[in-house]
Amino acid sequence: MTVLSVQDLRIAFGAATAVDGLSFDLAAGAALGIVGESGSGKSATALALLGLHRDADVTGKILFDGTDLATATAEQLRRVRGAGIAMVFQEPLSALSPFHRIGDQIAEVYRLHTGASRRAARERAIEVLRQVHIPDPSRRADAYPHQFSGGMRQRALIAMALACRPRLIVADEPTTALDVTVQAQILDLLDEVRTTTGTALLLISHDLGVVAGSTDEVIVMRRGVAVEHGPVDTVLVSPRAAYTRALLNAVPRLDGEGPAQAADGRVLLDAAPPSDGEGSAGAADGRVLLDAAPPLGRERPGRAAAGEPLLRLADVRKTFPAGRRRSLRRAAPIRAVDGITLDLRRGETLGIVGESGTGKTTLARMMVGLVAPTAGTITFDGVDVARRRRHPSRRSVQMIFQDPLSSLNPRRTIGESIADPLRLQGVGDPRPAVEDLLIRVGLSPDEYDRYPHQLSGGMRQRVGIARALAPRPRLIVCDEPVSSLDVTTQAQVLALLADVRQEFDLTLVFVSHDLAVVRQVADRVAVMHSGTIVELGDVAQVYNRPEHAYTRALLAAVPVTDPAEARRRRAERQNQPTPPSPIPG
Amino acid sequence: MIGYVARRLGGTALVLFGLSAIVYALFYLAPQDPAVLTCGKGCTPERLAEVHAAMGLDEPALTQYRHFLQGLFVGRDYPAGPDVRHCPAPCLGYSFETDQPVTALLADRLPVSVSLAVGAEVLSLALGIGAGLLSGLRRYRVLDKLVNGLILAGYAVPVFLIGLLLLMIFCVYLRWLPFPTYVPLTTDPLAWAQNLLLPWTALALIQAAAYARLTRAGVQDTLAEDYVRTARAYGFTERRIVLRRALRGALVPLVTLTAIDLAAIMTSAVLTETMFGLPGVGQLLVGAVNQIDLPVVVGVTLLTGCLVVVGNAVADLLYAAIDPRVQLR
Amino acid sequence: MRVLHDRGFTVGAAIALVMVTVAVAAPLLTAWEGQDPTTFHNDLLDSARGGVPIGPLGGISGDHWLGVEPGTGRDLFARVVFGARVSLGVAVSATVLQVLIGVGVGVAAGLGGRHLDAGLSRLVDLVLAFPILVLAIALLAIVPPSWPRPVLLAVVIAMLGWGGTARITRGETLTLRARDYVAAARVSGAGPLRVARREILPGLASPVLTYAAFVLPTNMITEAGLSFLGVGVRPPTPSWGQMLSTATTWFRADPLYVAVPGGLLFATLLAFVLVANGVRRVLDPRQRTEVLR
Repeated sequence: MTVLSVQDLRIAFGAATAVDGLSFDLAAGAALGIVGESGSGKSATALALLGLHRDADVTGKILFDGTDLATATAEQLRRVRGAGIAMVFQEPLSALSPFHRIGDQIAEVYRLHTGASRRAARERAIEVLRQVHIPDPSRRADAYPHQFSGGMRQRALIAMALACRPRLIVADEPTTALDVTVQAQILDLLDEVRTTTGTALLLISHDLGVVAGSTDEVIVMRRGVAVEHGPVDTVLVSPRAAYTRALLNAVPRLDGEGPAQAADGRVLLDAAPPSDGEGSAGAADGRVLLDAAPPLGRERPGRAAAGEPLLRLADVRKTFPAGRRRSLRRAAPIRAVDGITLDLRRGETLGIVGESGTGKTTLARMMVGLVAPTAGTITFDGVDVARRRRHPSRRSVQMIFQDPLSSLNPRRTIGESIADPLRLQGVGDPRPAVEDLLIRVGLSPDEYDRYPHQLSGGMRQRVGIARALAPRPRLIVCDEPVSSLDVTTQAQVLALLADVRQEFDLTLVFVSHDLAVVRQVADRVAVMHSGTIVELGDVAQVYNRPEHAYTRALLAAVPVTDPAEARRRRAERQNQPTPPSPIPG
Repeated sequence: MIGYVARRLGGTALVLFGLSAIVYALFYLAPQDPAVLTCGKGCTPERLAEVHAAMGLDEPALTQYRHFLQGLFVGRDYPAGPDVRHCPAPCLGYSFETDQPVTALLADRLPVSVSLAVGAEVLSLALGIGAGLLSGLRRYRVLDKLVNGLILAGYAVPVFLIGLLLLMIFCVYLRWLPFPTYVPLTTDPLAWAQNLLLPWTALALIQAAAYARLTRAGVQDTLAEDYVRTARAYGFTERRIVLRRALRGALVPLVTLTAIDLAAIMTSAVLTETMFGLPGVGQLLVGAVNQIDLPVVVGVTLLTGCLVVVGNAVADLLYAAIDPRVQLR
Repeated sequence: MRVLHDRGFTVGAAIALVMVTVAVAAPLLTAWEGQDPTTFHNDLLDSARGGVPIGPLGGISGDHWLGVEPGTGRDLFARVVFGARVSLGVAVSATVLQVLIGVGVGVAAGLGGRHLDAGLSRLVDLVLAFPILVLAIALLAIVPPSWPRPVLLAVVIAMLGWGGTARITRGETLTLRARDYVAAARVSGAGPLRVARREILPGLASPVLTYAAFVLPTNMITEAGLSFLGVGVRPPTPSWGQMLSTATTWFRADPLYVAVPGGLLFATLLAFVLVANGVRRVLDPRQRTEVLR
């Protein structure tokens, strides 16, 4: 039985078309995924189902339960919202009212649609909270959203979606804001909910792995059009559309194979230029080639781990005072980094993985000298990093930041931002050097005079790389450099980094929460948890034969794009005892 | 929560202490001889000497301050020749001109100022929140523009100007209302309200502008929040959304502003009282300035300063109480 | 410039510009008229009616463009024009002083260590606790009359009111300090002073300017209020607030005496508020996203 039937949906915002002729059917209890990069129109579709757009022009048919939602009255829509179709949004903290208790919010929705008594509504709220596996639901129902951790909040949102027993749940990027282990749990939960209640699921994501493991059918969207539509086993294993293939190619894999390579070793992404409009040396036929990217994956030339230690950390700790506590009790200080000892060898790329709150960013900042350790020493080339303030070798260690928008001064041209370190070194006219760098990172030298907001995310990140390269450093610490980029852009920036590393003979520290990316770029990897390193070793070793339980849990949780593999992992997770819990909050 | 309250109260005490020290230093250690300023206009050399001795101005500064603090908590005596003037706690000073403790003078005038402040506050809240809410919902374009204009005008008009205008229109030309005098609430509530109507309106029109702006911004901000989108996605009616989500979000800054304003109104009451001839604390101050009665000036300053500090503290506490996010982080 | 599209802004800016010109050119204007603000012209007053100016509309004539003051016979135009000088001058200088002190303290608190920040924040709390009007009245009462009044007014208003500026500056500084590009500058080797100058200060320009634009009319109102009460600028120096104070007793007989300074005060204040509003609309970085229905 078909629960939802969308026919020729078109959504336009003024002159811009977000969705151009989308059609699909969703059967009861089935799971459909819509996947695409930013600008593909997937979120617009989700919002249009419930008529949540304000200024959009929506045409086509959206048939749900006998009503055409595209032309329904406000009253009809309101009845469907929450009771027939329930939405689960991306950012659970902002999606819940901070002023009302969680249980009250769920109960309110239930009462709105069923007219039940307060007591019955509260009981239903507790019931659904239990259904989503929130421990001690009757007590937790009285908590406020900010008192929950990210994962629990998302469970609460799912609970709210379940309250009125909808026929369809639309989940719009439900796990994007979550840590990888929590993401796996939430996806498992969605799957469980679907099978136990018979609710249909429409799952929207930019992450192919997420969709692979949780849906039966998938639609790949690009610029408002569905480029491929079929069973997930077919689409993600042997795709027909070029774009789908390009997407799959660009996704870094846990087994170390990088993006597909052309015969001459260059990385191939044979689709038209990626969605953010960034073009780097686009070939005439529209295929994007990355110049002289070194072959990645298993073909990597043996960069011997030989090399004396360049950066040494000896029992480094960093504690923060507990912040402004509102109570008289002395609260425990926050131990962000709790005793780390490691050597970074010259020429290698060290990956540091861990979920949020594990202290990786603090560690990265200490390596660069931005934050002073509370205890322990960090020496670069024998000189204590904290004391290198005036030392000329200070500039030998540079950093690439995660968010390219906030890491560039919005009031300065990008050329000037790159020129800054050169000026500090005393270079009188840095412009020629900067233009050289711009070319090197794949941008035109004319971009010198542009401002950050005029560039796309990928281009800004290239600027960040150029700036880090300007003072000719020996070590670059990259703090989540590709996390905020689309998957195709991500692949290009990673290729650029690899390129640049070889040319400038750099040592890299690569901090990321994304295990697949780290697998692709790193020689050695350190797994962090609660401020300490729980496992450290050669990357192939750690990924293929993890020793620590946390590493195993992390690896088990990473979404993979092969649906069969994804299903196998889910079964494995369900049979395993619960992994060591990540950091609360 | 208790810890927060304790810390905040502690901070308040600290600020009050600092304020009293500053006020004291400013006035009693000032270039001009405090005795001269206390003695007042009709000062004779004998009185001057008397006052000088009674205030203990020959003692070292810290001792004087200690006496001053003592007076605040336990009461103080001013030996002046054969008579000893007793000033019961809390002693804010002794006015030799009127031969009364300053506290007594203030107590006399306080009901007037409080009546003025509370009435004006209630009126401005009603006007401001109403206008801000309607404007924030963007239903009626004309109303929105009107409210906009009034908000701007509220910033630009001094209270005495509006007061003057109101007096001219309602008392002189239209003769709808008598010139305001003060009738205590307990004597005749109707007359009390009638007389205070113009001063309340003058103050409220200006205050309401600030509340309207805050409410409107709060409502608009809240309506743009994700959790309002969630509410819509779950079938809330617009009305429900406004009442249960938008207003609640706008409530927080509004409540804190009210607490701060209530205290601040007492200080800007000076102008209003003078304008309308109401015998309140503000007018007392102006009179004391003209008569050069230093202790009264100091007393009023301390009182209003204290009110502002307490108002701020209450605002902080209310903020923590109303916004669940603040308490536990 | 975007700001010119705002009609309120252009109107306000035009009026403000006119007022400033009048204030600056006061001596020229009065010389043109041929009068000065202090000479008494008792011959133009009708002593039988208690000192009301002879002639309609408060005695407007070719010699006295706006008539004369009741009770003293001083030329109203000259007094009003010089009054503009005082009112605007005090307001502007008080605002400038407030911004200087406030930004200095705010930046120091925002960039300094925890202890400096804590100490300065306590100080700011204290200053914010001042009941400005009351303290100003009290202070001005005890100061010897020999000190120059307008300067004193500006200083007192500034010293009592810099708390607000300091508080928002500190907030903005803390926000800017946490931005990645500041960290990037430090990694590139910039020292704290260079960071303050090149990264933080330019970012402060917008919020501080917006705030100061609203503080200006507020300071003007404070000065007017103080002069109205008689503790501000004292005669013979003219100030609009002060003139309004004496005008209240005459408003039935000579309404122009109320209308002129009152109207000018209102117009100037409104002009500055419109300018401030326009500035805020342009500089406010928050772009509200479309509200989804």
